[in-house]
Amino acid sequence: MFPVIKGAAYALFHTPNILLDHGTTQTVERAKNPNSDYLKALPEHLRSFADCVDYAPNQAYIGNILPKSLEQVAKPWYENSRKGANRFGTRGEIMPEDEFYGVMKLVDSFDLVLIEEKFAIEVKELLAKHPAFAGANLSKLDKTSDEATIARQVEAHVAEPLRLGNRLVGCVRQAHDSDESLSAHIIFENISAMASAVVSVRNLFLKAGLDPRAVDYIIECSEEACGDMNQRGGGNFAKAIGEVVGCVNATGSDTRGFCAAPAHAMVTAAALVKAGVYKNVVVVAGGATAKLGMNGKDHAKKNLPILEDIMGGFAIWVSENDGINPIIRTDVVGRHTIGSGSSPQSVMQAIVTDPLDRNNIKLTEVDLFAVEMQNPEVTVPAGAGDVPLANYKMIAALGVKRGDIERADLNSFVEKHGMPGFAPTQGHVPSGVPVIGLAREAMMKGEIKRAMIIGKGSLFLARMTNLFDGVSFVMEANPGTTKQATGGIDEGEVRKLIAEAMRALAESLSDAK
Amino acid sequence: MLKGKKVVILGDRDGVPGPAIEECVKSAGAEVVFSVTECFV
Repeated sequence: MFPVIKGAAYALFHTPNILLDHGTTQTVERAKNPNSDYLKALPEHLRSFADCVDYAPNQAYIGNILPKSLEQVAKPWYENSRKGANRFGTRGEIMPEDEFYGVMKLVDSFDLVLIEEKFAIEVKELLAKHPAFAGANLSKLDKTSDEATIARQVEAHVAEPLRLGNRLVGCVRQAHDSDESLSAHIIFENISAMASAVVSVRNLFLKAGLDPRAVDYIIECSEEACGDMNQRGGGNFAKAIGEVVGCVNATGSDTRGFCAAPAHAMVTAAALVKAGVYKNVVVVAGGATAKLGMNGKDHAKKNLPILEDIMGGFAIWVSENDGINPIIRTDVVGRHTIGSGSSPQSVMQAIVTDPLDRNNIKLTEVDLFAVEMQNPEVTVPAGAGDVPLANYKMIAALGVKRGDIERADLNSFVEKHGMPGFAPTQGHVPSGVPVIGLAREAMMKGEIKRAMIIGKGSLFLARMTNLFDGVSFVMEANPGTTKQATGGIDEGEVRKLIAEAMRALAESLSDAK
Repeated sequence: MLKGKKVVILGDRDGVPGPAIEECVKSAGAEVVFSVTECFV
């Protein structure tokens, strides 16, 4: 039996102050040219939380509008937001920075996050009212520090600040005085990734009705590395996240593969459930502080708001077949192999058409393709183009070359089987997975039958190989029965086969007599 | 056009990656002095 996707949750975190202090574009600029025009102009280009919530692509990410509806929103989208949008969505939420700092304190097991007393009272009140934190233990927020102590740590460069504008409300301390892997900067990055993952999982519990105690296994698939100087990247974010959210019956591990990691993690989760190793697996990732404001220089130069002021996160529940939720076709998995080659054609062939061909599925029989779903309003001004559109065109071009579609139908194929990009440029976050939630719901409503989720990863950035990576899998509407063509045979059929075999044996014995 | 020329290649992960451009320019007789693929997202 194929495993199913029982729920998917998505969260965004509006973190303009973390952007200023931790986004690599800003930190590199500050180190090289502390008086640069960019750094001076940057604060003027930051958005308010309300503007971030109202922004249509963010509303699409948390499920309040469909990405397709972005085609009807006049561009630039940041100037045409519908005011008064809800920070809570059908599939998740957009969290403000103060609440996020509170969650950073909640996930800290080593007293590395210090928060100022007055701020702690404020944020505890906020989180006590938060639907995804109902019943959560908030007592860590009672342990506070005075502002002078926090300021001293920051000034001594042994802690990274938690600011809200000019207000210093806390800090993240280094975990060791000489281990660079446990520096304040790395601890800040990792606690942020963990906190954003925790919010995503809590939203999954809330939206999908998943009991934390029912989770057997957690696969974390972000792009961060936690460990000390003797095992940088030793892990394990997954178990740390599970501990915070009460998954007492789960263990877990971290899967890495740059932006392709979520697709790898989904395939792994599906395989574990199909094999019967685990019943309920959660695939989760938080966001990356480093990527905040990544294209900020181009945005500021072109007088845009700094749109990369959000971290992202997601959590997906993979479970046993219930005959209702969409299945993951574990027999339709695409992979860019070591020998696949790096031309765009060979990449798309390996990831997209090879797995479909092996199962006699036509390109046109996939209702929806989920590619790299980066918001084009972020990437186009920076010269990186419209990434989802480029990917859709590549798939369509391959279809034309193979004769699956007519050349004249190339654009209509893109329009019918794709959608505008709507996800933040947070590496692994936009990589195919943002579509899982909406594809799942469309399948449950009978609107579509099949979707292909594609993850691509830039392995060459680690300088270990020049190789590229890509993985895909297919989701399908559940046929409504737990018996599937290639997924196994049902109990009645097994009984029938055994009965026939016993009858044949009995007959052969009586013949022998 | 490229025969005998030295070429620096900057490929794009979501466009045409470096190694693919490398193969093309080599077949046109150019010498690749540097090739890299970058990820802009």
